[in-house]
Amino acid sequence: MSTAVTETPAPPLESREHYLNVHYGVKSWLLTTDHKRIALLYLVTITLFFFVGGAFAVLMRLELMTPRGDLVQAETYNKLFTMHGLIMVFFFLIPSIPAVLGNFLVPMMIGARDLAFPKLNLLSWYIFVAGGTLALVSAISGGVDTGWTFYTPYSSTYSNTHVIVMGLGVFIAGFSSILTGLNFIVTIHTMRAPGLTWFRLPLFIWSTYATSLIIILGTPVLAITIVLLALERLLRVGIFDPALGGDPILFQHMFWFYSHPAVYIMILPGMGVISELVTAFSRKRVFGYSFVAFASLAIAVLGFLVWGHHMFVSSQSVYAGLVFSVLSFMVAIPSAVKVFNWTATLYRGSISYQTPMLYAFGFIGLFTLGGLTGLFLASLAIDVHVTDTYFVVAHFHYIMVGGMVMAYLGGIHYWWPKISGRMYPEVWARFSALVIFAGFNLTFFPQFILGYLGMPRRYWAYPEEFQVLNVMSTAGASILGLGYLIPMIYLVWSMRYGRPAPDNPWRATGLEWTTPSPPPTENFDAPPIVTEEAYTYSKEEPELV
Amino acid sequence: MSDPRVSEARGALAHHFDDLEQQHDAATLGMWVFLVTEIMFFGGLFLGYTVYRWKYPHIFADASRHLDTTIGAVNTAVLLASSLTMALAVHAAQTSRRRALVGLLLATMLLGSVFLGVKAYEYRDKYVHHLVPGVDFVYEPGARPQLQIFFLFYFFMTGMHALHMVIGIGLLGVIAALAWRGRYGADYYNPVEVTGLYWHFVDIVWIFLFPLLYLIGAHL
Repeated sequence: MSTAVTETPAPPLESREHYLNVHYGVKSWLLTTDHKRIALLYLVTITLFFFVGGAFAVLMRLELMTPRGDLVQAETYNKLFTMHGLIMVFFFLIPSIPAVLGNFLVPMMIGARDLAFPKLNLLSWYIFVAGGTLALVSAISGGVDTGWTFYTPYSSTYSNTHVIVMGLGVFIAGFSSILTGLNFIVTIHTMRAPGLTWFRLPLFIWSTYATSLIIILGTPVLAITIVLLALERLLRVGIFDPALGGDPILFQHMFWFYSHPAVYIMILPGMGVISELVTAFSRKRVFGYSFVAFASLAIAVLGFLVWGHHMFVSSQSVYAGLVFSVLSFMVAIPSAVKVFNWTATLYRGSISYQTPMLYAFGFIGLFTLGGLTGLFLASLAIDVHVTDTYFVVAHFHYIMVGGMVMAYLGGIHYWWPKISGRMYPEVWARFSALVIFAGFNLTFFPQFILGYLGMPRRYWAYPEEFQVLNVMSTAGASILGLGYLIPMIYLVWSMRYGRPAPDNPWRATGLEWTTPSPPPTENFDAPPIVTEEAYTYSKEEPELV
Repeated sequence: MSDPRVSEARGALAHHFDDLEQQHDAATLGMWVFLVTEIMFFGGLFLGYTVYRWKYPHIFADASRHLDTTIGAVNTAVLLASSLTMALAVHAAQTSRRRALVGLLLATMLLGSVFLGVKAYEYRDKYVHHLVPGVDFVYEPGARPQLQIFFLFYFFMTGMHALHMVIGIGLLGVIAALAWRGRYGADYYNPVEVTGLYWHFVDIVWIFLFPLLYLIGAHL
């Protein structure tokens, strides 16, 4: 394979001490404070949750092959979509890029030896595992059927499923992301290498910083909301209970105050990864660096002002609806700035089509589709028509799966040589990227049409005229599932049998590529000093392919 | 930061920082960021309180009269005094006065404990009068259901505040023990300082809780 031009052959991996072979044994992993090892702990944990959450989706798609309820009935189906949503959102998407790639890369990209609080970093993994364990306990003991949004009064008064255990799991996992966000903010502020000014930072750092701001401002509100919900359920006294003069809509406000910004927790880090990939594989400085950087902050700020667009059909006032609608349209501006700037970066670049770049192309296209359909939903009248239909389901899966998961996989492939010290098999990787792209579109594009035709979400049965599109969607889901299995297999395989990776296989800029693959525990043999801005690519260099 | 080698010899500098100044900046910023998350945490409760008080001002004012303003005011004074001793403790650490530091930390813990004792007495009083939602709540004749919502906020907000005080007293205990062993001085006092930040934050929360819960009845 012609993935890399190497001037000097990489030295054999085992002859040199690096973070993977410096200690062996389970204990050296469970008690590590090395940010790179903690990143791998997260990688293993969230991959597990990804497949658990995926299993619920498989059961849903199987049920929806036929119009009648044959595999499961209504009650089980309610639990399936609830558990799918809760596990994918709180235990996969939110920690995915920040906790895995962010943990690994933030100190490396800014030239630090570790995060500011290494023990806190390990603690946040344990907190995450504790929360995740509670979520699995709730799943095994029967699951939750409230929908991932826990709307009151159903969740507080009527549902007889394991809401408290699940709520506690989400509450605890929230503190894991709060501590991670806190760690990133402090690290980026105080531990940059000499010469690394804010406007020399890689854009991944900017987007991680913006994500961390959302995490620390939003997550505590979700935590307190869940506690209030749990109190109401346990003690039968309620701030959200109409029988006591409380207001269930207040719950929706408080829930979405976190959960809408949480959407940006899930997409902003992906945008950071894409900025890195697009510049590295078109060998050009990113177009409009400061616009891309500030767009991340703008998304973080605006993201806090649009939660009411989830409540257009609640009893929220029409005027509030108008304001939320306008503000939601405004989020499109920084998002579009990013897409335009990535596209402009490609213009007259020396583009090569390695696997990470295939994922980046997938991201740009699918995120654009997901973003544009978001504008449909931000319009009051259209939203009333498609509220709670598959149109909404398709829209956010284009952002979450088509956007975030694509960026996550692209990032994993791009930094895999650095993480593992081995190259992944390029042919298989390109093949699976295409399979994932095809499977994804076959799964979710029909859902746009289904939703527009009026098929409501969260039902186990549907009228017969919807069957063709549903069968297409289920077929796509099986292709997508296969596409996810292939990288699982070859990445694990490559850890032992992959070709040893050179220090900088992509000839990319960035401090993380100046250190050996895999890096030593302290990241850099000598403390780096930065003398130039990010992404100083020149066209004269030899191309990659 | 007069002579970093002194404290590095004491093992105060963690391996991943370049120098004590960087470590100091990181710890201080870390505590400030943590306090931001705390503000948002309590903010959810203040939001809920504001919504219902705005909707039912008279019910909240009536409910507020069940609270004893005098006891609340005395407790506020106790807590403010503890903030003073905490601030003096930080100063004692900066000027390397070990005995004063330990004494002031113990005084802060004592004042905090007095506050919690008074709070426990108030809780007991509410229990006797059947005003604890979810445990024992009896409506007076003619009372509206939102009376219980007021007391839910009262117990939840002051309870969360008390929980933060308990954690704070525990932290101060650890700091006091380390201070006794001479770990802090003019060259290294960061843990005392950030614990002080936390303590002052918890006090400020009370400064908002006291008027919102105790004083609204007097003006309506």
